[in-house]
Amino acid sequence: MSDEYKMTATTTAPVIEPGHTFASVTDKISSIVLTRPASNGWFLGFGIAFLATMMLLYAIGYLFIRGVGIWGITIPIGWGFAIVNFVWWIGIGHAGTLISAILLLLRQSWRNSINRFAEAMTLFAVSCAGLFPLLHVGRPWLAYWLFPYPSTMGVWPQFRSPLMWDVFAVSTYATISLLFWFMGLIPDFGTLRDRATNPWIRLVYGMLAMGWRGSARHWHRYETAYLLLAGLATPLVLSVHTVVSFDFAVGIVPGWHTTIFPPYFVAGAIYSGFAMVLMLAIPIRKIYGLEDFITSRHLQNSAKVMLATGLIVAYGYGIEAFMGWYSGESYDAFLLWNRLHGPYAPWYWSLLACNIFIPQLLWIRKLRTSPLALFLISFVILIGMWLERFIIVVVSLSRDFLNSSWGQYYPTRWDWMTYFGTIGMFLAAMFLFCRLLPMISIFEMRTLLPQAEGKAAEAAE
Amino acid sequence: MPQIFHRSTNTLSRVTIFGAVFLVAALGWVGYEVQGSPYLTYAGVRKPQPVPFSHQHHVSGLGIDCRYCHTSVEVSSFAGIPPTKTCMNCHSQIWTNADMLEPVRASYRSGESLQWTRVNTLPDFVFFNHSIHVTKGVGCNTCHGPVDQMPLMYQQESLQMEWCLNCHRAPEKYLRPRDQVFNMRYEEPSTTKPVVVDGTSFTDQETLGSALLKKYEVRSVHDITSCNTCHR
Repeated sequence: MSDEYKMTATTTAPVIEPGHTFASVTDKISSIVLTRPASNGWFLGFGIAFLATMMLLYAIGYLFIRGVGIWGITIPIGWGFAIVNFVWWIGIGHAGTLISAILLLLRQSWRNSINRFAEAMTLFAVSCAGLFPLLHVGRPWLAYWLFPYPSTMGVWPQFRSPLMWDVFAVSTYATISLLFWFMGLIPDFGTLRDRATNPWIRLVYGMLAMGWRGSARHWHRYETAYLLLAGLATPLVLSVHTVVSFDFAVGIVPGWHTTIFPPYFVAGAIYSGFAMVLMLAIPIRKIYGLEDFITSRHLQNSAKVMLATGLIVAYGYGIEAFMGWYSGESYDAFLLWNRLHGPYAPWYWSLLACNIFIPQLLWIRKLRTSPLALFLISFVILIGMWLERFIIVVVSLSRDFLNSSWGQYYPTRWDWMTYFGTIGMFLAAMFLFCRLLPMISIFEMRTLLPQAEGKAAEAAE
Repeated sequence: MPQIFHRSTNTLSRVTIFGAVFLVAALGWVGYEVQGSPYLTYAGVRKPQPVPFSHQHHVSGLGIDCRYCHTSVEVSSFAGIPPTKTCMNCHSQIWTNADMLEPVRASYRSGESLQWTRVNTLPDFVFFNHSIHVTKGVGCNTCHGPVDQMPLMYQQESLQMEWCLNCHRAPEKYLRPRDQVFNMRYEEPSTTKPVVVDGTSFTDQETLGSALLKKYEVRSVHDITSCNTCHR
């Protein structure tokens, strides 16, 4: 372990720049929350995000008054932006869980610098995602019908429907993500409580720390619980988007009814998730001067994950196209033709460009080490992954078996307002998170220091 | 460094964390109870009426058949509320000066209907048809309760979907011979009092019900529990 650490440390960029001590790590991260005043830039950014959130509330309010008719959905395209955005947001969340749970179990210690804000990203993305099915059902005040509870109606929800599995998958995911995030924050809450000077702030962080004293027994229990939670969260990385893909794959619509969907959706989720991680990490490390902690190594690793999952996604597109030809099914063959030449062809070609061709630039080492290039490529990937869901939902529904029931989908301004509104809500939450909570895990960063390695070795002897 | 919290906070936090579980469970239970209570269903509630009409007096006291007033119950979705003329068939002869009946006479004079308050009412998204139930052998009092014992009318059952489904899922438990549908004193078959249908004597409800299901060609449970049977 320690040999490997030294070897990788000499051959590639380090996970933490040399020269840091336990105290300097703690100072640097906790000062952002406790002492650094909020800049004008922060207020401007938060203000814009807040306004977008208000726009979301306005769009939702109008939706509640008028119903889903204000959206562009019609027959045959009954699943419009709401489902596209739901799948997009829930996919973005996946990178956070992958980083915090799977990479923890695989002992990828570089994750320690990015897991905290990636988990926050997961939580906020799942919140945005969860909003859409609720709005989409048309009568959100009856959304509790989705849960199996003893009622006077005498019927249970349809357990054979993947939409029902979705409810469980997403609510489990949200719960575990929240628990995992909060668990990870507890020792840091303890640190903030001990360093805060304002008695009120100390009180708040003290309550959140739940009596954390950092005793050996605390740490022992903490590590066990954290590992168990990681074990629980690990299958979710694969299962949640698998279930989301079943929403489509179980249906018989051409372009939905394929067995490739689960792995292809999971890969796509991690693809877009890492793109979002980079889009957040690059400005954050710049603005808050955290380049020592979120180093070039992290950016490169994330880029490599994107490259790998991007290729899996490309394989998925390839298989879909191959099956359209190889199956000899006229509807599948038509779907392929329709994607390439139909009314949505520009969208499909953009999708191929955003998700397959442009990300191949990541093979170039120079671009992988350039934050600006990574930022732009990540942005392109996020657009591409949104387009992918749009193509799956809208193009398949717009032209299925009977040409008498073909149609076109035109999103309305309310569709766009709701979509951009959730982006605003997500960013507003991220802005608040940066100011109120340590966005890098203080105690896990300390374990990355060479001093910690020595201590562990001594203790082992 | 001084302590931020008093020692008692330990106990307080334990109580609140574990207490929250019980609180949520208790709230769920209260919600469930309220949902099925007369407060929301109006079961057993005697609503105010323009005339204190007694089903007990007219049905068990005088022996008037349900269909004398509710004329369309066998042929229509709606059982029918009698016109004032039906009341006046008798009340032009008896109790002609009773104060209690003044609204009836006033209605008769002016031609304006009595505004009864509906007792058994279903939401608009439910399609209910009296005639099919009566034709297939569902007795009046199976749903409406002992109307012949009600001095003032009230709704016997919750009329919630759960209650409808009780019968739609197992209709054989409730069916009776067609000629007994309007019999308010009908008793389920037993070994001491068998029910005879087409020369066959039945001594328990289960076998009678199953035989009637066939005889009246009641559609399958699968059909009558489909959503669109009632929600069209």
